[in-house]
Amino acid sequence: MMTPARRFAYSLAGLVALAAVPTLFPGYHTSLATEMLIFAVLAMSIDILAGYAGRTPLCHGAIFGVATYVVLYYVTVEQGNPWVAVGLGILAATLTAVVFALLAIRTSGVYFLLLTLALGMVVWGVCNRWTSVTGGENGLRGTVRPEWLADQADLYYFVLAATSAAALGMWRFVNSPFGLTLRGIRESEPRMRTLGYNVPLHLFIGFVVSGFFAGVAGALYAFFNSFVSPSTVALAQSVEGLLMAIVGGVGTLFGGLVGAFLIIALENVVSSWTERWSMVLGLMFVFTMIFAPEGVLGKVRAVLGRRARPIPPRNS
Amino acid sequence: MNMTLFQILNGLTFAALLFVVASGFTLIFGLMRIVNLAHGALYLLGGYFALAVATKTGSFTLAVLGAAAGIAVVGFIIDRALLVFVKGFDLRQVLLTLGLALAMNDLALVIWGGDTFSVPTPEWLRGPLRYGEMAYPKYRLFVLAVGIAVFAGLWLLLNRTRLGALIRAGVDDAEIVDAMGVDIKRVFVFTFMLGAALAGLGGALGGAFLSLYPTADSEILVFSLAVVIIGGRGSLAGAAIGSLLVAMLANFGQVWFPELAYFVIFGPMALLLAFRPLGLFGKAA
Repeated sequence: MMTPARRFAYSLAGLVALAAVPTLFPGYHTSLATEMLIFAVLAMSIDILAGYAGRTPLCHGAIFGVATYVVLYYVTVEQGNPWVAVGLGILAATLTAVVFALLAIRTSGVYFLLLTLALGMVVWGVCNRWTSVTGGENGLRGTVRPEWLADQADLYYFVLAATSAAALGMWRFVNSPFGLTLRGIRESEPRMRTLGYNVPLHLFIGFVVSGFFAGVAGALYAFFNSFVSPSTVALAQSVEGLLMAIVGGVGTLFGGLVGAFLIIALENVVSSWTERWSMVLGLMFVFTMIFAPEGVLGKVRAVLGRRARPIPPRNS
Repeated sequence: MNMTLFQILNGLTFAALLFVVASGFTLIFGLMRIVNLAHGALYLLGGYFALAVATKTGSFTLAVLGAAAGIAVVGFIIDRALLVFVKGFDLRQVLLTLGLALAMNDLALVIWGGDTFSVPTPEWLRGPLRYGEMAYPKYRLFVLAVGIAVFAGLWLLLNRTRLGALIRAGVDDAEIVDAMGVDIKRVFVFTFMLGAALAGLGGALGGAFLSLYPTADSEILVFSLAVVIIGGRGSLAGAAIGSLLVAMLANFGQVWFPELAYFVIFGPMALLLAFRPLGLFGKAA
């Protein structure tokens, strides 16, 4: 474990480095960094469930996208205030997570994965078909961010602030006594039950908190992208978020940040010379599972023989 | 013609197609504990294989058989070349097949493009079958017949043959079967190929009346998931009843609430799970 002073120093150094991005790499790279930060929040929210509660979800792309849809709908169709829209978006995502959680927490392992996948697909199906509200295949388009965030660098700083706040919140959450209970559930559900913990309730709250942060990421994404279509809530989005969490190493939280950076960077490079990103993503998943299931970072760390190890995911 | 009867027939024929696909899924899931999320991609690939064979040879029979055989070979490769590396790790297997599904879907997009295709049907299956006042597309009735035949065939295979006994024994306790001197690995490989072949067969059949397009794989996968979640892992009867339920709900959902059809399928599924987390016919692992 790092000492608090060291951890603080590292975080500060990281923040300073991130704050320098718009000055050092203006324009396109700043926008890329904005996207990385947003997806880092998504990856970390997935890690709350996958890493700490031992339940691998495949519905977070959908929860994320619900927030994006609501923000865009409220601003472009209802002509509402963007900040109210953000609140509504996060609320909608959290409510989606409540419904999903109620249905999914009774299951675990592969069943949990399947059920969350199916639930995520319901959202996709609704977004695809409910044309009068979601615009169907064409999606919704429009500038949603307030004027003072119109500039690329300003948006970046705003997203950086929001990401930092979200990351701090999630970090506090997983390291709280409640977070420790989640880890206990991951290690042994019967034991926690015997100790008198209400396992379903803990999982439910963990799921909803995770969904809340996925919603935060989705609302930020609406500001960033100004466009949403069914592909935002599609399975591939959930898969990509999960891959980010896995590449960073599940159960490390901040690994999600690294995973998001690596995968968005790779996506950017790959997309510049081929349109086959989805194939690369799929194959990357296959090879990660075969060669580095504990995450690329975990692998690198293990190879370098450092002492810090991510917690191995349950039954994987 | 009576609209309700027409809709019921539509539901039944869709259920038959769904059963063909989902029975392969539940077979692999039940025996090998592998959730093959590439099953939808195998379905789509099977459809494209059938399309290729049908345009080349002009024979529908060859197209259907070719798709089943071709996808069985693809299944063999997936099982032997990739899944061996993650043997025994549930979650890693699922995620691997998920990655594979993405890659295969994209590969299909490269080869066949984003257009919608239909597998051409032979002359004798075109047009409606008339019976008095009623008329119903022959092809869909043919799919219904195939679905029933597949159910009967699988039931006989599982309940009346030595291989079926081995498969069922493998579902209950693979290690003991292995210890009794049976090469359970070969049974596993065969089961995986059979399951894949059923996806291929489904793709060929579905390719003619649901048509083939790049997102068809995830749609059929979600339906199959719903079937297996409702029916329970590894149960043939569960797959049949699940297919019927899902197809009827999907069909009437489309008619009554076209925009929210997905809710109509998954609402009852969720309700069922609240009372029976392992599905109607599921057994605890």
